[in-house]
Amino acid sequence: MENRSMKGWLYLLPAILFLGVFMVYPLIDVFIYSFEEGYNSASQTYFGVGTYNYSYVLHDPYFLQAVKNTLILVAITVPVSTGLSLLISLGLSNIPKLRNLFQTVYFLPYVTNTLAVGLVFMILFRKTPYTDGLANLVINFFGGESIDFIDGPYWAKMFVLCLYTVWVVMPFKILVLTSALASVNETYYKAARVDGTSRSRIFFRITLPLISPTMFYLIITGFIGAFKAYSDAVALFGTNLNAAEMNTIVGYVYDMLYGDSGGYPSFASAAAIILFVIVLTITCINLLVSKKHVHY
Amino acid sequence: MKIVLEHLTKTFPGRGKNAPDVKAVNDLTFEIPDGKLVGLLGPSGCGKSTVLNLVSGLLKVTSGKVFFDDDDVTNIPAEYRGVGIVFQNYALYPHLTVEKNILFPMENFKGDKKLSKQQMQERALAAAKLVQIDGLMDRKPAELSGGQQQRVAIARALVKQPRVLLMDEPLSNLDARLRLQTREEIRRIQRETKITTVFVTHDQEEAMSISDLIIVMKDGVLQQTGKPQEVYDNPANLFVAKFLGTPPINVFHGCVKGGKLMLGDDVIFKVKHVEDQDVWVAIRPEGFLLDKHGCLHCQLQNVEVMGRDVSIVATHPAMEGESFRAIIPSTTRVDDEAATVSFVLHPEKVLPFSKADETRIDAKLV
Repeated sequence: MENRSMKGWLYLLPAILFLGVFMVYPLIDVFIYSFEEGYNSASQTYFGVGTYNYSYVLHDPYFLQAVKNTLILVAITVPVSTGLSLLISLGLSNIPKLRNLFQTVYFLPYVTNTLAVGLVFMILFRKTPYTDGLANLVINFFGGESIDFIDGPYWAKMFVLCLYTVWVVMPFKILVLTSALASVNETYYKAARVDGTSRSRIFFRITLPLISPTMFYLIITGFIGAFKAYSDAVALFGTNLNAAEMNTIVGYVYDMLYGDSGGYPSFASAAAIILFVIVLTITCINLLVSKKHVHY
Repeated sequence: MKIVLEHLTKTFPGRGKNAPDVKAVNDLTFEIPDGKLVGLLGPSGCGKSTVLNLVSGLLKVTSGKVFFDDDDVTNIPAEYRGVGIVFQNYALYPHLTVEKNILFPMENFKGDKKLSKQQMQERALAAAKLVQIDGLMDRKPAELSGGQQQRVAIARALVKQPRVLLMDEPLSNLDARLRLQTREEIRRIQRETKITTVFVTHDQEEAMSISDLIIVMKDGVLQQTGKPQEVYDNPANLFVAKFLGTPPINVFHGCVKGGKLMLGDDVIFKVKHVEDQDVWVAIRPEGFLLDKHGCLHCQLQNVEVMGRDVSIVATHPAMEGESFRAIIPSTTRVDDEAATVSFVLHPEKVLPFSKADETRIDAKLV
């Protein structure tokens, strides 16, 4: 028995080593840094231990701005992208003919580079001395005033960021949802049809419950992904996100690590731990809710 | 309610370019009388499930008509036909309890058919009691055995009080013992509810044992309809004769020559008013009687004792296939050391068929 468990651990060793060195150790390290005040990574020294880092971060207007931005982003993009993906997947599964073509088209953004797509969005929305951008041309056509979406008012910038995020995350969701819809056994629909079930009732009472595990998987990963947003904002607004009022929590952590003159790893660690706590809480809530509503 | 099918045809487009259309159901005409339990029988791929789907309205007919009593329902969609279906895999909604599954069809009622919550629950309970699952109302389908799921499916199909009950291979997912039990159960439920019921099966024993009427199909074409015993005794063609009965009927090459029916050199019967020709002669296993002076002389291969009866495996030069099987009562003593064995034949169990088109030759054998 002893021998066997030794063997088992031996098999697990590569994975444990890898995860330990690259995941668990850094996590613990970050947790420790977050309580070490004024840690300097070059000299490996710090002044003292306490909660000052947290207090600083929580009182930093840039951090509060980043939290606000991230929360807005999460609250808007997760439901919108999931809902839209569901609609599109339903549409896709109801058109037999051009289904493969459209499936490919909808999947394209997934394999496109984030920064390249960001550039395209910038061209669509940016106002320059030469042109107001395609989006403004459309607004002008309907008689509206030109808006600078990249350097203009806060809500305009947030709108572009949300739109961009939704657009980027949808392909994966559509892919997963179309296969979930296709895996629902055809005879359930036949049985429902014979019983004269209306289309909406079939959707809410049969289709949705049967794909609910997939839906909750997408919502949970969607929340986590949106909380970790950073590169999308950089792609649209450049690296100086604080100036653009468009920073996210991950962006704030990054700025604190590598920002002006060497950075502040202690503050970055504290911010990272706060993000971790937020994501953990939301995920736990999600799982609790899903237990009530997901069947199987 | 009576179901009438008139020249019903269903074609499916062939796969691939220039592939011909597949005729799943070909010019089917028959009538199912009110309140009967009817077995739609045939080998797999013969179009029997397609017929069921055409009757239910889940598939659209290519040509022909479907009547329920005098109503032409050919172009009425499935939801307005008032049919209940029990699917082969039962199609119980896995996320709903047994009770909610049974309630589901009633919750779709609209207008003056709409029921109050209490009425629905009463009817659900009545249906559950009919199929004896009223103790399982709070379970989910995954927590039930195959037989219990089957009953729930029947209750769900019956609860909306359909005009017609359709069952697609209702027993195929059950084990052998449960199958026997459930087919009795289906018979009982049908008798109690008096709903016209059509069930599809490829198992002839199943169809014969509980149906009032069987309909035999092959390759989308109707072969014969009738009471099970009639079809068994008087098959219209060689296919029906071969398809019904276990062990299967024994087929011999025979010929009619000068008013005599011959198997090889053995003259087995005299026939009148039949022209000289080559024929198939099919003999039911129970049509053989052991007799030393019998007209059919065979080589004995094996004697299998089954308890209730004895089956004799033997060969004959005119035989189609390797050997044939005769079943005789176990009270008859058989000498299993003997090399040859002779039989007299029961004239009603000997069925001649034309070699040209395999149809039955109606001739009196003496």
